[in-house]
Amino acid sequence: MQVFAEAVVTAVTLLFQGSTELWNVIAVTFEVAIVSTAAGVVLGAPMGFVMGATRFRGRRLLVALMNTAMAVPPVVIGLVVMMFLSRQGPLGFLGLLYTKDAMSIAQTLISAPIIAGLTAAAVASVPYKLRLQARSLGASRVQEALLALREARLGVLAAVASGFGAVVRGVGAVMMVGGNIEGQTRVLTTAIVQESRKGDFGLALALGLILMTITFAMNGFLTWYQHSNERFERS
Amino acid sequence: MLELRPSPALKRQALALLLSLVLVSGLAACGAEEVAEEPSAPEPVEEVEVTNVIIASTTSTEDSGLFTELVPAFEDAYPRYRLSVVAVGTGQALEIGRAGDADVLLVHARSQEEEFVAEGYGVERRDVMYNDFVIVGPEADPAGIAGTSDAAAALTAIAGGAHVFVSRGDDSGTHTTERSLWSLAGIEPAGEWYLSIGQGMGEALTMASEIGAYTLADRGTYLAMRDRLDLTVAVEGDEALFNPYGVIVVTDAGNLEGAQAFADWIVSPAGQAIIESFGVDTYGEPLFIPDAE
Repeated sequence: MQVFAEAVVTAVTLLFQGSTELWNVIAVTFEVAIVSTAAGVVLGAPMGFVMGATRFRGRRLLVALMNTAMAVPPVVIGLVVMMFLSRQGPLGFLGLLYTKDAMSIAQTLISAPIIAGLTAAAVASVPYKLRLQARSLGASRVQEALLALREARLGVLAAVASGFGAVVRGVGAVMMVGGNIEGQTRVLTTAIVQESRKGDFGLALALGLILMTITFAMNGFLTWYQHSNERFERS
Repeated sequence: MLELRPSPALKRQALALLLSLVLVSGLAACGAEEVAEEPSAPEPVEEVEVTNVIIASTTSTEDSGLFTELVPAFEDAYPRYRLSVVAVGTGQALEIGRAGDADVLLVHARSQEEEFVAEGYGVERRDVMYNDFVIVGPEADPAGIAGTSDAAAALTAIAGGAHVFVSRGDDSGTHTTERSLWSLAGIEPAGEWYLSIGQGMGEALTMASEIGAYTLADRGTYLAMRDRLDLTVAVEGDEALFNPYGVIVVTDAGNLEGAQAFADWIVSPAGQAIIESFGVDTYGEPLFIPDAE
């Protein structure tokens, strides 16, 4: 059990020592996570909104596809992205393999279906009667949709947080397409894999704690935001 | 037109529940199968309890495919034991040994192995075999080192021209050798051109091939992957590129008898013969040279 206490000490020491290597890893982790979550929102949220708020032919198939996409192992996504970006691949001429851009592309493909799927569920869970009421009061289709989005905003926010969580804790895809290059494409999760492989379990655990702290801060913010919203609505 | 239908969300939830039930029961079935298989697997003629021997080895050894020959041969010779191979980096292999989570080690980082035994974690270290390292690089050979046999001089040329070099950077046996070659050359490698990736041999070779870089590889893994790589052997034959493998029985092994049996077997003529013939069919040359005493 001593190893866990030591890991906490190591984590704190590493952070406050100002080790540039660690801060660089954290910076890359954030950069890739934020870029790919933002891209995931741009791609996934509108699609999820349309899936959740409207009815159209093929919608169920799309929902099923989206749920399947959510369950594809990141390492498979990494493999596909790698094959596309490889020199022998169709996009090899871009020279993106083993760069942060390649990592962001793979992570976007992971976050977008999650954000789309959860946004769809959040928007669809807005009471249908409410929307009927709005329509009977003369709301246009667009106004009705915006109302649904407003009502579902906390669920949409949770969808975005899930997308962020998925990319910040992901390892398989970024390891493959980023290559875990020190000072360039190394992120917290790939560093954890590496330190575990080396047998430095204490350091690996410390890095895990740092990652958990980031996720905790993110979730704490979300919970606080939800609560402040609920209070606002009750008053 | 305003009919109230069952909420689509509810339907979706029901579907999701159904799906997860199917998945969970599927997983449970897999688990059950595994449990059911275990006792009946080797089907012993007389009632002998089959025990598991955990061997920690390195990814490069596993990637070479050597274990696909060694494991069945050992299990044929000793039906009492079942061999489980855990392939990790040398650093982790030694750490697993220190924790007593492996029974026997087959690794290739001599100084670390001797330290391991000196600390009392291993019974003794015995020579098993060796293979060699090669410096591989792109056909174009920007550093102009192709065909040479002085590893330190080649690395000096690579560093001098800041030609991209992929380093395992994972404390593996290969990485340990690489570091000793750099110190032999009197160079502390650092800079944009030096990519430390903390990954296995296969990943390092793939990356070097993709970006046209140099890397240090064990010949076995390179030969096994050669067809998929845009890399050629640039430097070979230096004594500093010699890569000896040792077998160590872990002092606190959970299955000390099994571990001892494996160690004795792999240095015996039977084990050594398998090592000597391995890879000849595929590559026209053995990947490992047995050298047990």
